[in-house]
Amino acid sequence: MTIRPDPTLHASPKLAMEAPTENFAYTVLLSPDFSKPDALAVIDVKPGSPHYSQIVHTVTMPNKGDEFHHFGWNACSSALSPLFGHAFIERRYLIVPGLRSSRIYIIDTKPDPTQARIHKIIEPEEVFKKTGYSRPHTIHCGPEGIYVSTLGGRGKDGTDGPPGVFLMDCETFEVLGRWELDRGPQKLHYDFWWNLPRDYMVTSEWALPPQFENGIVPEDLLSNKYGHRLHFWDLRERRHVQTLDLGANHQMALEVRPAHDPAREYGFVGVVVDTTNLEGSIWTWWRENGKFHVEKTATIPAEPAPKEKLPPLLQGFGAVPPLVTDIDLSMDDRFLYVSCWGTGEMRQYDVSDPHKPKLAGSVRIGGIAHRAPHPNGKPFAGGPQMVEISRDGKRVYWTNSLYSTWDDQFYPDGVPGVEVMANAGPSGGLELAADYFVSFPEGYRAHQIRLEGGDCSTDSFCYPSA
Amino acid sequence: MGWPLAVSAGLMERSPRALFAALGPLSVGHLLATLLMLLPFALLLVLAKWQHQISTFASLLLIAFGMFRLLNRRHPRALARIPPAQLGLWSFAIALAHGAALMLVPIYLGLCQAFALDTGHEAAGALMGANLGMAVLVAIIHVVAMIAAGGSMAWAVYRYLGLKFVSRSWFNLEAGWAASLILVGVAALAFNLAD
Repeated sequence: MTIRPDPTLHASPKLAMEAPTENFAYTVLLSPDFSKPDALAVIDVKPGSPHYSQIVHTVTMPNKGDEFHHFGWNACSSALSPLFGHAFIERRYLIVPGLRSSRIYIIDTKPDPTQARIHKIIEPEEVFKKTGYSRPHTIHCGPEGIYVSTLGGRGKDGTDGPPGVFLMDCETFEVLGRWELDRGPQKLHYDFWWNLPRDYMVTSEWALPPQFENGIVPEDLLSNKYGHRLHFWDLRERRHVQTLDLGANHQMALEVRPAHDPAREYGFVGVVVDTTNLEGSIWTWWRENGKFHVEKTATIPAEPAPKEKLPPLLQGFGAVPPLVTDIDLSMDDRFLYVSCWGTGEMRQYDVSDPHKPKLAGSVRIGGIAHRAPHPNGKPFAGGPQMVEISRDGKRVYWTNSLYSTWDDQFYPDGVPGVEVMANAGPSGGLELAADYFVSFPEGYRAHQIRLEGGDCSTDSFCYPSA
Repeated sequence: MGWPLAVSAGLMERSPRALFAALGPLSVGHLLATLLMLLPFALLLVLAKWQHQISTFASLLLIAFGMFRLLNRRHPRALARIPPAQLGLWSFAIALAHGAALMLVPIYLGLCQAFALDTGHEAAGALMGANLGMAVLVAIIHVVAMIAAGGSMAWAVYRYLGLKFVSRSWFNLEAGWAASLILVGVAALAFNLAD
């Protein structure tokens, strides 16, 4: 508890954009063969610093096989909600779940990011016992504390009961229990986010653990058995209110990105692959007269490639699917960044009109067939994947790994962990920064990035920018 | 109390009218919470000869609640379940949870005493009527003062100061508030005992 609100909490997205820029980027590292403990790397991103683009601190975990993926803060700008009326919680702890182990680490980033250390470890048994869920994934901080989405239910393979969201206390980190009171027809889970003053939550679907833990299951994909629905919920009543089906061929609806300005009642979701033509797609969902709607607003075609350039999984198709595995929306809700992990492209769409995304910029790097190197000449294995945008919208960071076993299927030559950054122009355009290139230690892959003081996929707001 | 909610309402609807409309349910919720605390005491005061004991009890209650707030400064988690659209319910619950309504009780009892010096001969019914009237009056004056202050604050932030003021103006007053609950309770107790 502090006397004044944490200066990194902002009432509106506009105020967040005007705040001082980030000096550090946190990135989770995973050992894909589980031979080493996973870790959290702290990277210096302050221009002009003698350690710019270098790892300045690493927090190594005491266990192996956690498989880090996504993570998040204990508190964000949502703490300035007028309903709480006292926002004296610090943005201080990173909540880092092990997707494979279901263990959750609480990392203290004070007094300085370069001294970050483990504050608490929540063992998997506590998560299983108190929630009946497993495989914790996305973290958001909101009205009832810390919300954690999970990909698995009970049992060894996580298929005994549906996955869902559970709550944690944002000060003691005690696991409080399931969030849902009425889950309706929801049976799969991936990402979630919300509009706080409008009081709704949106969740998406990936797959159940047997469909991803040992690699993608091609038969399941071709028979459209991965997730393809969006679920809408009453946030305070914890109740499912509506399902929107994107159509069974639109396999794997992953990242949900609502507009940051709470007066705007729309958002986006990315679909990894259309099984009829291998294209990736962006969908826009919106609320009108209390009902939710969704439409496909952008498609990205597959690119033909000779068989010898393709992994066995794709040789039968003679093409590389773009594989839209992450999307991220800038703080001003103007630019949507789309990772095409298969073709090796980071796309920037102008979504000023959310129903008509316009391609505004693109960077080619990596890719299954392209294998485009970084402008500094170094190789970039894998493709653009987890993407994070600075609050001011000027810098776009990304890493290159998707998920341990899936990396091996799409990139059998390996995906050494790398993080790059591109500069975004004020009215569009994207260019890789030649001087920002982080190579992670041998044997590690990199996944999600979190920026000091908040970023575009962390903070949710209770006041509009106007 | 609750002025940032009025700012939020005005900004979300992009209309000053929405800001002022939000003040309505905020006032009603606070008023009901205040009356809920005052009315039982208004009825109790019929037992005029127990007046001292009642006042002592009210003071002790306030002191105990202040100590509780001091030791446990967290809000009940149930408050986070109130939907943002239910401003009246929110205002009602927060006034109870913070003890704002309870704090008025010793003040109210003091006023009743001050004005009831020569009502010893009156019938219980008339006394009760006077006490109820006083309770409603105290509650209304309190809520009008609160909403005038909060409404001006909301309007100033909405129209002139900007949203930055929302986080700038917030201080962690939980400990101070808890201490003032205890202080009012102690003062009322001392006043009562000296009487």
